[in-house]
Amino acid sequence: MNRRDFLKSTGLVAGASLLPILKHLPANAAAPGGTLVVISGQTINSLDIHRSGTNRASYVVAVNAYDRLVGFGTKTMPDGSLSYDYERIVPELAESWELAEDGMSMTFKLKPEATFWDGKPVRAQDVKWSFDRAVSVGGFPTVQMEAGSLEKPEQFEAVDDRTFKIHFLRKSKLTLPDLAVPVPIVINSEEAKKHATADDPLALEYLHRTPLGSGAFKIERWDAGQQIVFSRNDDWKGGALPAVERVIVRELPSQSTRRALIERGDAHVSPDLAAKDAKEMSAKPNVKVVGTPVENCIYVVGLNFQFEPFKDKNVRHAVAHAIPYEEIFKNAGYERGVPLWGGGPEVTDTAWPQPFRYSTDYDKAKELMAMSGHKDGFEVPLSISLDLAEWMEPAGLLIQEGLARINIKAPIEKIPGANWRTACLVEKRLPLHLENFGGWLNYPCYYFFWAYVNGHLFNSSNYENAEIERLVEETLHMPVEDPEYAPKIRRMIEIAQEDVPRIPLWQPYLDTAMRENVEGYEYWFHRQLDVRPLKLT
Amino acid sequence: MAEPRALMDPVTANAPVVVSAPTADGTRFGGMWRHFRHVVVQNPVTLVAFSLFLLIVATALVGPFLVPYDPLVTNSAAALQPPSAAHWFGTDHVGRDVFSRVVVATSLDLAISVAAVAISFVIGSAIGALAGYFGGWTDRVVGRSVDTIMAFPLFVLAMGIVAAAGNTIENVVYATAIINLPFYARLARAEVNVRRNAGFAQAARLSGNSDLRVLAVHIFPNALPPMMVQISLNMGWAVLNAAGLSFIGLGVKPPTPEWGIMVAEGANFIVSGEWWLAFFPGAALMLAVFTFNLLGDGLRDIVDPQRRT
Amino acid sequence: MDTSSRLRMILQRLLQAFPSILGVIIVTFLLTRALPGDPAAYFAGPAASAASIEEVRRNLGLDRSLAEQFWLYLGDLARGELGQSISTGQPVLEEVARRLPASLELTLIALLLSCCIAIPLGVLAATRPNSWVDQLCRFVVTAGVSLPTFFTGLLLVFVFYYVLGWAPAPMGRIDIFALPPPHFTGFYTVDALLAGDLETFRAAAAQIVLPAVTLALFTLAPLARMTRASMLQVLGSDFIRTARASGLNRRAVLGKYAFRNAMLPVVTTLGMVFSFSLGANVLVEKVFAWPGIGSYAVEALVVSDYAAVQGFVLTMAILFVLLNLAIDIVYTMIDPRVGMEA
Repeated sequence: MNRRDFLKSTGLVAGASLLPILKHLPANAAAPGGTLVVISGQTINSLDIHRSGTNRASYVVAVNAYDRLVGFGTKTMPDGSLSYDYERIVPELAESWELAEDGMSMTFKLKPEATFWDGKPVRAQDVKWSFDRAVSVGGFPTVQMEAGSLEKPEQFEAVDDRTFKIHFLRKSKLTLPDLAVPVPIVINSEEAKKHATADDPLALEYLHRTPLGSGAFKIERWDAGQQIVFSRNDDWKGGALPAVERVIVRELPSQSTRRALIERGDAHVSPDLAAKDAKEMSAKPNVKVVGTPVENCIYVVGLNFQFEPFKDKNVRHAVAHAIPYEEIFKNAGYERGVPLWGGGPEVTDTAWPQPFRYSTDYDKAKELMAMSGHKDGFEVPLSISLDLAEWMEPAGLLIQEGLARINIKAPIEKIPGANWRTACLVEKRLPLHLENFGGWLNYPCYYFFWAYVNGHLFNSSNYENAEIERLVEETLHMPVEDPEYAPKIRRMIEIAQEDVPRIPLWQPYLDTAMRENVEGYEYWFHRQLDVRPLKLT
Repeated sequence: MAEPRALMDPVTANAPVVVSAPTADGTRFGGMWRHFRHVVVQNPVTLVAFSLFLLIVATALVGPFLVPYDPLVTNSAAALQPPSAAHWFGTDHVGRDVFSRVVVATSLDLAISVAAVAISFVIGSAIGALAGYFGGWTDRVVGRSVDTIMAFPLFVLAMGIVAAAGNTIENVVYATAIINLPFYARLARAEVNVRRNAGFAQAARLSGNSDLRVLAVHIFPNALPPMMVQISLNMGWAVLNAAGLSFIGLGVKPPTPEWGIMVAEGANFIVSGEWWLAFFPGAALMLAVFTFNLLGDGLRDIVDPQRRT
Repeated sequence: MDTSSRLRMILQRLLQAFPSILGVIIVTFLLTRALPGDPAAYFAGPAASAASIEEVRRNLGLDRSLAEQFWLYLGDLARGELGQSISTGQPVLEEVARRLPASLELTLIALLLSCCIAIPLGVLAATRPNSWVDQLCRFVVTAGVSLPTFFTGLLLVFVFYYVLGWAPAPMGRIDIFALPPPHFTGFYTVDALLAGDLETFRAAAAQIVLPAVTLALFTLAPLARMTRASMLQVLGSDFIRTARASGLNRRAVLGKYAFRNAMLPVVTTLGMVFSFSLGANVLVEKVFAWPGIGSYAVEALVVSDYAAVQGFVLTMAILFVLLNLAIDIVYTMIDPRVGMEA
């Protein structure tokens, strides 16, 4: 064989023969039940929501493989899409509950037929063990439990096998909804205790990799960093049995790859889309994009009160008028959200988030700067997080341009994701930054509690206002129906608009793309995919 | 079959290089020019490489003054427009002109690669030469340090350095310089070691020159030719390195125009059909690296034909 | 070379490598500690206050002095304990053991592909120096190495998957509905063949094509160049001239004598390219969602996951040393003239 043939036979032919014709189209498996393929850009790092270091993406396990006492109902949004209903609490493991006469405790009756995956019945003792665990581990789970005034193990009582009682420390409208968030899961405590040790009484090591739940889906396999496979628990009693038999959640870091997969039909659902992809994919055939405003979440520009010029209210108002809101919404948000600028001069209702009264007006901004003590302008770095660069970068660039018009020089400082939380929220040292806090419990007082009270985590502006702090304390646990509630909320919003430590830009959508044949998608505040109501048609 | 050898001047690996040999008309320069012409005629590719290199340098020097648009000015109304008469390479996602950005990026990328390679060349060859000349402990210490650097997966080392020291252009340059250092150190050491006791070196020492002077003035210039080749290859690497770092998010900061970061940002737009954001910077990147690589080959032909690869 | 002197060579090499490995450990340790992120803040979780972060820091032992931390780390290493990765929640040793075969498989197949193209190309160019074939080879090969790997990868995905639909979805090592084959070597393709499972073999092979091609394009150049140079040198040597003069035909000269002798420096280059690729894999793995050691390292670096980064770098360094040793041994087996030298 001469050289030419040798080349031909090795070089090109080898490549061609390996190119596959093989392709599994998941849609083929849309027989009754079937397998749903979900692709995600995040990686799951634990199966135990109570463990320290567990990231947000791992909550998908808590949501689908574990049950809570109660859940939220479903409502239909104006555009026809489905969302959880924060005003309606529905049974999950508890079939009924009763508030005591004095309002200081609540008794839950567990469903008698509810069982864990190993067949053991779900008992009140399991609930107590799980709740004790949630309030003792520290970190995020404990803080979230505290939001509902669930703080000490003494509050939880297993009256008998089927009856569970929670003693309140105070009356709060937040307690019952807090029982439906992902954190207070019910774990098979008997089984878990077998794997506990003297050093690890809460079985954190074991439950990190092996869940012991009662939920709608069991974990068939978890290949860390690659995929997690859920398979249906046919004995699930927490709600309507899911239609889908198996759910595969694959981790794909590349955004464009995820998009290509959905468009070609090799995956069914791609949650948490980038705004640009959401806008463009909604125009594609066979793909539907559902965008739901993320409740109680605002993309804001944070002005740090520790930075001298920002202590001057005129400067803050000037900045608020020098932001090109419209352009930012179009180019950074791709119009996937609710605009929050250009509102009326008065606060007329308690809707939250609501548009603030500022709009882009460079002349007014210049006037305000002239009136302030900094009419020659100043320089301040504009900090953004590398992890959130997708919207923060274009927004930051446009803000930089806007501020340049009023003599404020704002070079962009890109902070790596690992450092962002510490710099922005813990040390609160960023003079001008973008921020994206969203509260899980959908009440304005909850938002103000976290973002406007001095020293609280998401108050990255070091803002301090005695009146707001008083109002927050009064309204946080007050029921919404209370006649004093609305006026106090309105007053808080007024102060927030006047002092403007946080300038709202827009309320983002949570965008999820899915193939035409996927039904039943519901938006949830925790922004993870609840696969239980999904079905393939 | 032995033609390649016969065409070359009889050169051995140990002797000083062709370039310094006097020619028929007595001038060194004339000889070099004739050799250069000869090589270029034999290798049209080398001619192309040289011309491209000059073009790139010219673009880097005068380009920024001649571009039609300011590379940093955004214009959201004109975002994501395909190439047209007004915008030769189209506009990006915030409305900046891609052509202007690609041209201005040429200066930055060229500056990064020149700086990085210059630093690693100067320091690497210095310590390599010292190690090769003096031997003993100097050699051992240098050898071990260089081995340590080489034991790292180089790209990850660059990532680590930039992540630790911060995302600035200077740090990208330093990181690239560090990971390329071993090549020069090893090369210099080998070349100097071989010539350490050659006749001309001994003669220089005997005439009273100090060791350092012999090393710097007599031996080292002879080690230059193979290193020049390495330099041009490394320039291509340096640009690719900076691009790779930008893809991960550890490269230059926005809105600085740099080929790598433009390709990384533009990559997300390929699937949605806006190919020009990534294509043009990618093509410029490829052209530059390509030119440097071919240039390296061409230099090798001119300077030391026996080492051709 | 007899067994005892070979063994001595191996031992000598290993001892020589020891200081470099120590250097690697020290540098990595310092580098990770210099990273901007705060693992304590990460561990403490999204709602942590300054106080709880401090507590976590104490638990992780990060509040102690650098020297103390380093000493503890060395002690852990001696016990084979690489620590816990905070980003994935798994022990680092396990992660590395799981992900290394993925990267090795990718790199080896890419190199195989690369050799199949580069070596014949290099030989061809060497036997026709300065011809248009030679120039074309140089052109093609240089073009391959001039593009950043992530760009080539994305382009290939776009063309072959998105537009043409020939390649499967770049979703990792194996199709989503196929289960990985029983574990022998950790290489899905090899394991599938060993288990006699052709379906799985096809699935795994299909997934590896695009990433391997991307990597192969990059490694073509050094291999082709070295083959050409080495072949040229051998072809110009005395013994080849003698062989020709004695009347041996061209095929015999080329195949039996020239080729084998020319392969020696190519083997060295192969080794260098292999270890370089293991690190450069990073970008390819990110684009193709390949669960290899490169993507692991990047994720770990971005969240300042000390244990993972240190574990990764150490693994690579040891691999590099072993690889060089293997090449040296192969060399002594091929070429009896090669003896031990410092």
